[in-house]
Amino acid sequence: MSRSILYSIIRFIVLVFVQVFLLKNIALYNISTPYPYILFILLLPFEIPNVLLFLLAFLLGLTIDAFYDTPGLHAAACVLLALVRVLFISVTVQKEGFDNEPEPTLSIMGFRWFLTYALILTFIHHTFLFLLEAFSFSEFIFILQRVVTSSIFTVFLMLITGLLFFRKRERK
Amino acid sequence: MRNLLIFISKYNAFFLFVIFEIAAIIIYINYNSFQKATVINSTNHITGNLYARIDEFKGYLTLREVNDSLAKENARLRNQLKTSFYVDTVAKGKVTDTVYKQQYEYITAKVINNSVNRPNNIITINAGSDAGIKKGMGVINDKGVVGKVLLVGPHFSVVQSLLHNETVISAMLANSRQIGTFSWGAVLNPHQGLLYDIPNDASPKIGEQVVTSDHSLYPAGVQIGRLINLRAKNARGSFLSMDVALAVDFTKLEYVYVVVNEFAAEQTGLEAQVKKDE
Repeated sequence: MSRSILYSIIRFIVLVFVQVFLLKNIALYNISTPYPYILFILLLPFEIPNVLLFLLAFLLGLTIDAFYDTPGLHAAACVLLALVRVLFISVTVQKEGFDNEPEPTLSIMGFRWFLTYALILTFIHHTFLFLLEAFSFSEFIFILQRVVTSSIFTVFLMLITGLLFFRKRERK
Repeated sequence: MRNLLIFISKYNAFFLFVIFEIAAIIIYINYNSFQKATVINSTNHITGNLYARIDEFKGYLTLREVNDSLAKENARLRNQLKTSFYVDTVAKGKVTDTVYKQQYEYITAKVINNSVNRPNNIITINAGSDAGIKKGMGVINDKGVVGKVLLVGPHFSVVQSLLHNETVISAMLANSRQIGTFSWGAVLNPHQGLLYDIPNDASPKIGEQVVTSDHSLYPAGVQIGRLINLRAKNARGSFLSMDVALAVDFTKLEYVYVVVNEFAAEQTGLEAQVKKDE
């Protein structure tokens, strides 16, 4: 338990640093901007209480907002992401499995589950984020382009991170 | 009552979502109009200092280009020295210094945070009200117009970049002096902008310089860019629209100058008086 708290703190700091000082300056073809900092919310332990989950999502969003100069934007998207996470996990994971599977990482949950999980959550987060940033539906096609390309970029980075920290563990 | 509590605890995720989402949206709506400054932006102490640290490191990576541009600027300034002119008239009128009153002053600042790939891009610089910067001042660099000051903290300021949806600048064609309006346009390209409202009788040429006009908060004649396309795809207004290749490379911004107009207070004061009289 204390180990997963420590991991989460380190993850928070590293992801925010990478997002703010490295990935903020990256945009493929001026359209695709990755936001893999949401990996922090994705990888929080299964057993985390909902209050803490939403609070952490809100704080993570505000931290990113402080560096992006967009107060509330990322916070709103992250809170929505937390809700989708709760729904997705309650639908796909059995409660009994929590004892030996503390965190929903790539190495523990397997490639197929993690890919679906990351794809759906990232897509919803990005859609909400870009729509709220534009605050209108007038350039919907352009926003959709940004959402799709950015989602692919983000999920790609998440998978690479998952593989980098892949720990072999026997799964039943 | 008990049923209500059971209901709430059963769907606690949803209620928590509603509470936090409303909080976030309220923050977003209230403070995202840039005029209302909050603590949650890059002028605050922690983020500002972190950006300054990282930028110190990044400065090393671009030293060569900075040196180049400084050397070029030195050369340009040297060209303006009296010693580099040849005097070919013997009789000279006596000119006292009182004729020339300094109108524009320049404050040097270093860019410590910059973005180019969002719909509304802003720049953070490492000089603030302590250096004499005020809200609304123009910002240029050695190549051309950069933006205008939006928020001022004691040690940092936030500049609304040219690459911002709300940036509108009075511009003119350098040769014909036809006046129009410059803005970024909607294509999200950090190297291109849109010049519009040029009168229909103008005859612009590809490659012609676009500079700031006399009505802007910049000194007249500061370069904005060059025309690359005489019929812009996403035209604006009912007059001529043209695509402009920006003179400043916003992806490699390092040093900027904040323009202090010594007469700005007098001018705005007079104009405000006129409005009041009407």
